Amino acid sequence: MQTTGAALTMRLLERQGIRLIAGIPGGASLPLYDALRSSEIRHVLARHEQGAGFIAQGMARATGRAAVCFGTSGPGATNLLTAIADARLDSIPLVAVTGQVPQAMIGTDAFQEIDTYGLTVPITKHNFLVRSADELLTVVPEAFRIATSGRPGPVLIDIPKDVQLAAIDVERLPEPGGPDPAPRFSHDDIGRAAAMIDAAQRPVLLVGAGIIGAGASPTLRRLAEKASIPVASTLLGLGAMPHDHPRFLGMVGMHAARFTNLVLEDCDLLIALGIRFDDRATGKVAEFCPNARVIHVDIDPSELGKIRRPSLGIVADVGEALRALEPRVAATPRTSWSRHVATLQATHPLATPGADDPLQPYGIVRATAELLPDDTIVTTDVGQHQMWVAQAYPFTFPRQWLTSGGLGTMGFGLPAAIGAALAHPGRRVVCFSGDGSLLMNLQELATAAEEQVDVKIVLMNNAHLGLVRQQQELFYGARFHASRFHAQPDFAAIARGFGIAAVDLGATTSPYDRLAEALAMPGPCLVNVPIAEAANVYPMVPPGGANRDMIDGGCHAAQ
Amino acid sequence: MPLSDRPTAVLRLRVRNHPGVMSHVCGLFARRAFNVDGIVCLPIGDGTCSAILLLVPEDARLEQMMAQLRKLEDVLAIDRAPEATSVFAGVAAHLG
Repeated sequence: MQTTGAALTMRLLERQGIRLIAGIPGGASLPLYDALRSSEIRHVLARHEQGAGFIAQGMARATGRAAVCFGTSGPGATNLLTAIADARLDSIPLVAVTGQVPQAMIGTDAFQEIDTYGLTVPITKHNFLVRSADELLTVVPEAFRIATSGRPGPVLIDIPKDVQLAAIDVERLPEPGGPDPAPRFSHDDIGRAAAMIDAAQRPVLLVGAGIIGAGASPTLRRLAEKASIPVASTLLGLGAMPHDHPRFLGMVGMHAARFTNLVLEDCDLLIALGIRFDDRATGKVAEFCPNARVIHVDIDPSELGKIRRPSLGIVADVGEALRALEPRVAATPRTSWSRHVATLQATHPLATPGADDPLQPYGIVRATAELLPDDTIVTTDVGQHQMWVAQAYPFTFPRQWLTSGGLGTMGFGLPAAIGAALAHPGRRVVCFSGDGSLLMNLQELATAAEEQVDVKIVLMNNAHLGLVRQQQELFYGARFHASRFHAQPDFAAIARGFGIAAVDLGATTSPYDRLAEALAMPGPCLVNVPIAEAANVYPMVPPGGANRDMIDGGCHAAQ
Repeated sequence: MPLSDRPTAVLRLRVRNHPGVMSHVCGLFARRAFNVDGIVCLPIGDGTCSAILLLVPEDARLEQMMAQLRKLEDVLAIDRAPEATSVFAGVAAHLG
């Protein structure tokens, strides 16, 4: 088969099962786009490469399958960096393809030349600079193998323009790249884990994104029920257990409900599954679960002992490990521990002041959840609104909750929501955002309008960088600086300017009804929700503090 | 502190030989603020692979560094090679 590097790239991407690519073309990627035109892959034209990266992330996070974004050389590549780094920290299988200046011009400071390979070394799982069309035959499948194997992550393929244009005679196309088999683990270790769990008086399961990546929610639930073990979750583990499951404790860490952190404080065995002991989850590490032995199961060997030395570390796919473990753990009611957990839950619940008022943070989260189906996909940006949603939204299913955890990227929510909606055309998607975050990828409103995706943006608008303001109030003597937006855009008017329906709940006497109408509309819609600037997220563990030392703003926040 | 006054280790890596591999290996150390005292790298066999010897401080983080190195796609093998310490003394003679 006579073809070109560009056409071969498309053929290989098609064979990987890619049906949709988000990107922006440019000089150094025009041959790829010329080939894309006659490919069966659909292209979604983002309005900024970071948007394209997060649209692809939204697809990958919502489906668990690798997704692809395209950018050109130079600024196209640098604009992708944030989305790639975000995928790295949250272990998202993303394949970013960038155009590069022709090889003869590399190193000459050519127009739109940048060292994309060098820039992406620290933020990818692996990266390639393709030096001949022939290399594409191995590089493309390898990229997908690497992105999806073990702990997933982003892979970048930089393709110089001359490689895209090069003629190549391909005899046989390679098999698509897929994940390597999971590491083999010792069944003796599983036996030891079962014995430790059986011997524990006060065990807790702490689950993270690894559970969702492994599709292990049903097994987790069986284990928790059988052995009567409460389950706490990291930010990215939300959805692994239904919010209303009697064993579920909610999110752990900096903005956890008080009882959740207190249960972890009291545990004698921490069963850490697919987590990486992130500082926002653990608080001061030396005082995290101070009386507990730790069983840590993770597919990434470098995570075992990186932060907390486990008594038993098992390198495994957490789903496979749980399926081996669950039958070997004894069924027990664990009455006294269950009673203690229930008491803490009753005496230190999450305070959700204003939950019946859609113009207050918990109220808008609750009202939105009430008005949308149970399987609605929820994305957020980063900040106070993200934590309110994490605390209060009734998550029921894995992959229902898409949020930027590790990198904490403001600007994630809207493009990720577009990607989720494109990946699941039949599902409802809501993006909770803040007025600071939404501005960071606002241009993707044009993409949402063009694609007519069913994305509802619920904008908690306090005219502030709210979480910055909150930290300045609590930890910097209320010396506010650079956290207030003095110029406040009319977001509803802006959305309409992009061709998107908009509702302002501040301009109506019946906000709940207006919200219901907005959420029921077909296609994209923005709902502006003015909220009080003084509303803070509580409880809060001061940065660097131990999780037991939560600032309890219950009375504070109720005002 | 002079090299000889603190414990050091020598790591031997077998890596794919291409222009980006040193940046992957050295970048990993730099990002994690882990100093590399010495590097020797040469192609081996038919030149598709290289061997890298790294002279590094022997400290508590070395195990984690080795775990991170193992995750690099271009690193095919890694072990400790205390017997290769003398290589660095030999190189030192040429560095003035």
